[in-house]
Amino acid sequence: MDLLADVLAWFTDPDNWQGSAGIPNRTLEHMRLSALATAVAAAVAVPSGVLLGHSGRGGLIAVAVVNIGRAIPSFAIIALALPFSIRAGLGIGFWPTFLALVLLALPPIFTNSFTAVRSVGAEVVEAARGMGMREREVLFGIELPLGGPLILTGIRVAAVQVVATATLGALVGWGGLGRYIIDGFSVQDNVRVFAGALLVAALAILTDVVFGVMERILFAAAGLRGRRAPARMEHPA
Amino acid sequence: MPQRAFLATEPLIRWGWIWDHLEEIRTQTVEHFILTGIAVGIGFAIAMGLSIVALRFRRTYGPVTWVTGVLYTIPSLALFAFLVPYTGLSTLTAEIGLVSYTLLILVRNIVAGIDGVSPAVREAAVGMGYGRARLFLEIELPLALPVIVAGLRIATVTVVGLVTVTSIIGQGGLGLFILDGLRRDFYTPLIVGSVLSVALAVVIDVALAGLEWLLSPWSRARTAG
Amino acid sequence: MSEARIRLDHVTKRYPGASTAAVEDLVMEMPAGRVTALVGPSGCGKTTILKMINRIIEPTSGRIEVGGRDIQELDPHALRRGIGYVIQQVGLFPHRTVDENIATVPKLLGWDRRRTERRIEELIEVVGLEPEMRDRYPAELSGGQQQRVGVARALAADPPVLLMDEPFAAVDPIVRVRLQEELRSLQAQLQKTIVFVTHDIDEAIKLGDQVAILDVGGVLRQYASPEEVLRQPANAFVEEFLGKERGLRRLSLIAVRDVPLEDGPVVPSDAGPAEAREVMAREGVNWVAVVRDGQLRGWVWESELEPGRKMGDLAVRPFLVRVTADNTLREALDAIVTSHNQVAVVYDGDRYAGMLTLNRISENLVP
Repeated sequence: MDLLADVLAWFTDPDNWQGSAGIPNRTLEHMRLSALATAVAAAVAVPSGVLLGHSGRGGLIAVAVVNIGRAIPSFAIIALALPFSIRAGLGIGFWPTFLALVLLALPPIFTNSFTAVRSVGAEVVEAARGMGMREREVLFGIELPLGGPLILTGIRVAAVQVVATATLGALVGWGGLGRYIIDGFSVQDNVRVFAGALLVAALAILTDVVFGVMERILFAAAGLRGRRAPARMEHPA
Repeated sequence: MPQRAFLATEPLIRWGWIWDHLEEIRTQTVEHFILTGIAVGIGFAIAMGLSIVALRFRRTYGPVTWVTGVLYTIPSLALFAFLVPYTGLSTLTAEIGLVSYTLLILVRNIVAGIDGVSPAVREAAVGMGYGRARLFLEIELPLALPVIVAGLRIATVTVVGLVTVTSIIGQGGLGLFILDGLRRDFYTPLIVGSVLSVALAVVIDVALAGLEWLLSPWSRARTAG
Repeated sequence: MSEARIRLDHVTKRYPGASTAAVEDLVMEMPAGRVTALVGPSGCGKTTILKMINRIIEPTSGRIEVGGRDIQELDPHALRRGIGYVIQQVGLFPHRTVDENIATVPKLLGWDRRRTERRIEELIEVVGLEPEMRDRYPAELSGGQQQRVGVARALAADPPVLLMDEPFAAVDPIVRVRLQEELRSLQAQLQKTIVFVTHDIDEAIKLGDQVAILDVGGVLRQYASPEEVLRQPANAFVEEFLGKERGLRRLSLIAVRDVPLEDGPVVPSDAGPAEAREVMAREGVNWVAVVRDGQLRGWVWESELEPGRKMGDLAVRPFLVRVTADNTLREALDAIVTSHNQVAVVYDGDRYAGMLTLNRISENLVP
């Protein structure tokens, strides 16, 4: 079809592979910010989720976090981040996008980390404690290894979400692959829109697949083969 | 693109604007609600069909989950962008995209819900002479309802969020205000749109939770000592 | 279907990939209006056999007839609506009230509401539930109550055949005994053709009119009345399955009323010590019981006799354990073993009817 032929032509046009608006640059930009936001969110959410899960309390908080996280549309978060970013003197573009993405990534990682530690059978933990293991040893020797796969699942869900939502960053002055779609819309360049969509979809799927593979390896390593992967946190962009 | 200097002094909310635009806000909220309702309704119907097939022919569950999973992973904006050249900047485009997002969670929950029906109940029903169709409609589906409604809640809240994105392809709903605010460097509609879409999601979630409670009186009954 | 006899004609069930058959070439007839108990170790196929009767499991080969009709000729759903089915976990529909659960098959058959209502009222009484329970949900009932609803549900459309798969295994022992007894009296009223699967030989003996002892592979090792199985086990397998208390089990099948009682060492209350001693010598015991107006007052040891005092004036010891004509010999044996004077005193209402000694009881054990 016409459009697809044009899109193919767009991809094979060497101009599109150069410079700051080129595919490599935009892709890397997108990946970098996504990775950074996910990493920061993980750095905050994994320890807090794990510790709360280990303490055995706070189940209600975890549920509340999930529900709240789900109810807030990603578009709204990015948009809302803008005035606050400007007020804080951080300007447009990178900061509101980054902050919004971190916020978006927190709930799934937090909840999964919490559940991961919680779901390690109570009997196992009790046996460990009964054997005289200290809290720290229980945490690092039992709960984390057994819960590892689930934590990774949470990070995967968050990562995919972040990659997807980062496309909206173009609306608050940032770059990334969303630029192609947004700019394409504003000048009615269907080819660019479609190409951008392809790139971003591919990146999202790739992220999901890569994490999925890592998860499977970790699941098998934890001897949990046959244990079903838990339902994902639902929050697409 | 927004001007830094201007925005730094713009107040967060201009109440006057809200007052002036109450009618439009009401219209778009209703529009948002309708777009959500259509998407979830159609999504549920399709998901039910897919689930029945997946339950009957177990081997199809994997492929069904895979396809709906891919649809779910594709960023919403990208999905809409794929559709636009073929279905235009229309409600149809928006709805096709929105429906696609509901499928994974709904199929998963419908299948899980039916699978979760106690085998003893199923055996007793079959042993008493229930045929396949009546078994599904009268026994399995009602008992699976809590899990299915849970899926519906998640799907609906998700769709409410996604409808905001459809504003970018020219559709209605509260996303229009958000977009408007971004384009005109004007916070008020941005905040109004965002807050209201969150509120709408919460209200619908609570309402569906209530529906779930209403539909399963047997789980409210307390167990005997 | 009044003639609801069940016939299994060279029935085999073989699962794909299994090296041995679950049920191999079984020939068996279950009489109409009687309880047939299928009992055996796990893997003996008893549940498989049961489930082939209502076609939940389809036989690999062979023919099964219910009420003279080949079940393969019937639509399986129609077949099942005509057969009551009770399983161990009951499987009450959690989303329906007791009432609605019981009404299930009548509804499937299209009964009108009045007929169904009348039937439910009947059944509630028959299975021993209270009318207030009708609007409750299964989650609000105890295990015993749930199983009663399960039985009522199975009987709702008045099927001639009732299939029961270890129905009482999941309730606690006290409730189980009650349910067993209630089933017995129910059956005395209704006379259904019941096929009862259990792993508990005592339950099979208690409830079955016919007991089928099955070995792995659905092999029928003995198929006879409980008395005969206990009295004359057909082979080593059956003997081992019955275990060591075979004799005692037989005693539980015989009622006290079926056995001639003895008078025992009894004297009237106006008798003197000499007469008492005579009686004791004759009976060969060192104690004597005192009777006045047909009522047993109690008993005394020989050493407690006082010269010059009548029996009625002595302080007597009461008989602590009594047995009635309806009790089994096994219960009488328990009374004998726990009493000081090693007899079971039998009462007919309030009247003293006689005594049972160990001798009399063991006479009934000898084949």
